[in-house]
Amino acid sequence: MKTIKVGLGTCGVSAGAQKTYEAIKNEIELQNIQAVLKETGCNGMCYREPLVEVIDEQKNSFVYGEVTPEKAKTIMNSHVLADEPVAEWLVQSTRPSEDDTFFKKQNRIVLRNCGIIDPSSITEYVATGGYEAIQRVLKEYTPERVIDVITRSGLRGRGGGGFLSGVKWKFCRDAAGDKKYIICNADEGDPGAFMDRSTLESDPHSVLEGMMICAYAIGAEEGYIYARAEYPKAVARLKHSIREALAKGFLGKNIFGSPVNFSVKIKEGAGAFVCGEETALIASIEGKRGMPRFRPPFPANKGLWGKPTNINNVETYANVPWIIMNGPEAFAAFGTDNSKGTKVFALAGKIQRGGLAEVPMGITINEIVFDIGGGIKEGKKFKAVQMGGPSGGCIPASMGDLQIDYQQINRTGAIMGSGGLVVMDESTCMVDMAKFFLRFTQDESCGKCTFCRIGTKRMLEVLERITDGNGKEGDIELLRHLAYEIRNNTICGLGQTAPNPVLTTLKYFPEEYEAHIREKRCPAHSCSALLTYSIKADACKGCMACAKACPAEAITGEKKKAHEINTAVCIKCGKCLETCKFNAVIKN
Amino acid sequence: MMLNEIVSTAVKKFGVGREQLLPVLQYVVSQEKWLSEDALLGVARAFDMSAAEVYGVASFYSFLDTKPRGDYVIRVCRTVSCDMAGKEAIMEALEKTLHISVGETTADRKFTLLETNCMGWCAEGPAMLVNDYVYTGLTPEKVVDILQGYMAGA
Ligand SMILES: Cc1cc2nc3c(=O)[nH]c(=O)nc-3n(C[C@H](O)[C@H](O)[C@H](O)COP(=O)(O)O)c2cc1C
Ligand code: SF4
Ligand code: SF4
Ligand code: SF4
Ligand code: FES
Ligand code: FES
Repeated sequence: MKTIKVGLGTCGVSAGAQKTYEAIKNEIELQNIQAVLKETGCNGMCYREPLVEVIDEQKNSFVYGEVTPEKAKTIMNSHVLADEPVAEWLVQSTRPSEDDTFFKKQNRIVLRNCGIIDPSSITEYVATGGYEAIQRVLKEYTPERVIDVITRSGLRGRGGGGFLSGVKWKFCRDAAGDKKYIICNADEGDPGAFMDRSTLESDPHSVLEGMMICAYAIGAEEGYIYARAEYPKAVARLKHSIREALAKGFLGKNIFGSPVNFSVKIKEGAGAFVCGEETALIASIEGKRGMPRFRPPFPANKGLWGKPTNINNVETYANVPWIIMNGPEAFAAFGTDNSKGTKVFALAGKIQRGGLAEVPMGITINEIVFDIGGGIKEGKKFKAVQMGGPSGGCIPASMGDLQIDYQQINRTGAIMGSGGLVVMDESTCMVDMAKFFLRFTQDESCGKCTFCRIGTKRMLEVLERITDGNGKEGDIELLRHLAYEIRNNTICGLGQTAPNPVLTTLKYFPEEYEAHIREKRCPAHSCSALLTYSIKADACKGCMACAKACPAEAITGEKKKAHEINTAVCIKCGKCLETCKFNAVIKN
Repeated sequence: MMLNEIVSTAVKKFGVGREQLLPVLQYVVSQEKWLSEDALLGVARAFDMSAAEVYGVASFYSFLDTKPRGDYVIRVCRTVSCDMAGKEAIMEALEKTLHISVGETTADRKFTLLETNCMGWCAEGPAMLVNDYVYTGLTPEKVVDILQGYMAGA
């Protein structure tokens, strides 16, 4: 009998996968087809959603992409019933496909089960070897040995800071206190990052198991998962998984029949990015405003309700069971000297294949953008990649051979962050980009530190006037000065790193700032205030199409005669450029 | 349900320990869509806190609205990837169809239009959230379709 799996992560559902699922279910019932229909999470090919996998009697896998309900019917009739795979829609199978390169350079540890197992079934997780690591640990390992293994694996926190996880666990284990807590940070809010959501939706038990192992290592009996409000499906999945684990005795009192107790609660955020910062997150769990506080003391000593608390990111925890099962050496075999293992990157922006890719540390930017991501959309030129969200920076295409690890990325002025990669092409204005991220931090600043609250606002004002064509001599120096002050006079990472997008674009694209300020010109033709539209008289056929399309009635001209744009009236919407079939409209 | 019933249901469900303040406020918002003065007062009384302190907590979080909201709260992502993917046109279509601007609620209290920061659907932007439901890969036409679905009372 064949098995059919439909990717029903939120990403899939919002692309229409639920309807595809229903169509397949209908077909199975209508024609009384002998096949097993299952749901699964995401395999990372966001750009091909909705995804449907057919596994035949010989266990061969055929993955179809962009499966509409109509296509699903065809697949059912042709492939499932008549053993004729529909070759043109296949994205991954035993036959070569252009999409194969998406997976070729990947090594999946965190995403090991994503898109493969049914995330709502603890049995399927167990069948892949799930919950063996925690049982091994409970039976054979002392807490110290667990910490030693995690330390030797070289695993560094995946939530942004990159702190060695084993060392952090040891701090918490060694901290004095009768009661200790662990927290899983699932507040993922960095623009461009979505690996934590995908992991929670596609393989929630791997995160729960990682938390159990950590709790045992540091001696905590209670854990919290703090998930952002924008992730309702991830929260629902987690709640379901916790219930399943409780029912099996994997959570609660005497887990797996051992003397160890461990329970997990879920806390939902309420739309505040800064709550991803660990001390703010703790305040939020305690029912307060999510304001960061000065550290030290670190949560490992004084965390939730003043007790020693270990906090790690979703991806960090998801690595842990794999490390226990495969050994720290196997993990450390991936990566570079200072950054071991793999990292999940979220590809978005002007890239052909947006999605999630898990690669060994040390891979180059070009390999990710071109080999995995398939290059830039619409054949445009790769210009830069933004790493690390609002705390990170823009790395120019000229540094595409840079090996991605914590040290190399820090050297560029960007940071690894949570692994969001926003790819930009030649049409992206770097000043505008910096403005984007600064507006984000300005929006999300909690307001406690003056320099974060007011300083970012001042910087934003300067960037706005530059992109509006009102930049002045001295603005670049002013930006640098403000950046320095903000970095040194704020208490949490949000403020301290807020200037990075501005500083990196200033470092790698100074000529773009200068062109805006001195020549009132946007080299990427993106800042609308600095653009003018005009019509090339010799190319214009006088078809009048642009005049009809123009919402501002800025275009005049007689039939079959060259048209003209009245720049005083033009609102720079670009409709004329889109409309003209003769390439007579130009933008400057 | 009446407001005081909603508050008492929430309190029964979660309790009145300080760490339950957010869950209780979130529950009220899930029922009422926003936190009225009466709701804040009710919660403050149940938690034996000052209304000002409860308001202080609520106003910190963007999903705990302290302004009236419609039945369907639309949050359009305004962050970088969605912007690159054409968020502006989506916003225009929403504003035109609903006859309101960002931050406003329709006269019939059915829709509220808001912007929000990245929601983690970046590879499939532009994206928006309508209450708890996610829509991605939006086009102006799709947006109008979706709104018509809700207007028809779905
Ligand atoms: C403004 C701000 C936002 C943050 N957001 C997140 C987040 O969404 N998820 C996360 O895991 N860590 C986030 N962090 C980092 C956390 O403070 C903390 O370092 C991390 O959760 C530790 O886990 P790790 O060691 O596994 O990375 C954020 C930090 C700052 C300053
Ligand atoms: S740096 Fe900004 S976000 Fe962080 S505590 Fe200070 S004001 Fe708040
Ligand atoms: S850019 Fe827009 S407003 Fe200006 S001339 Fe073209 S269509 Fe008209
Ligand atoms: S659409 Fe092009 S060719 Fe036609 S009138 Fe306008 S500029 Fe001229
Ligand atoms: S396939 Fe789900 S995150 Fe992309
Ligand atoms: S940028 Fe819009 S969802 Fe991430």
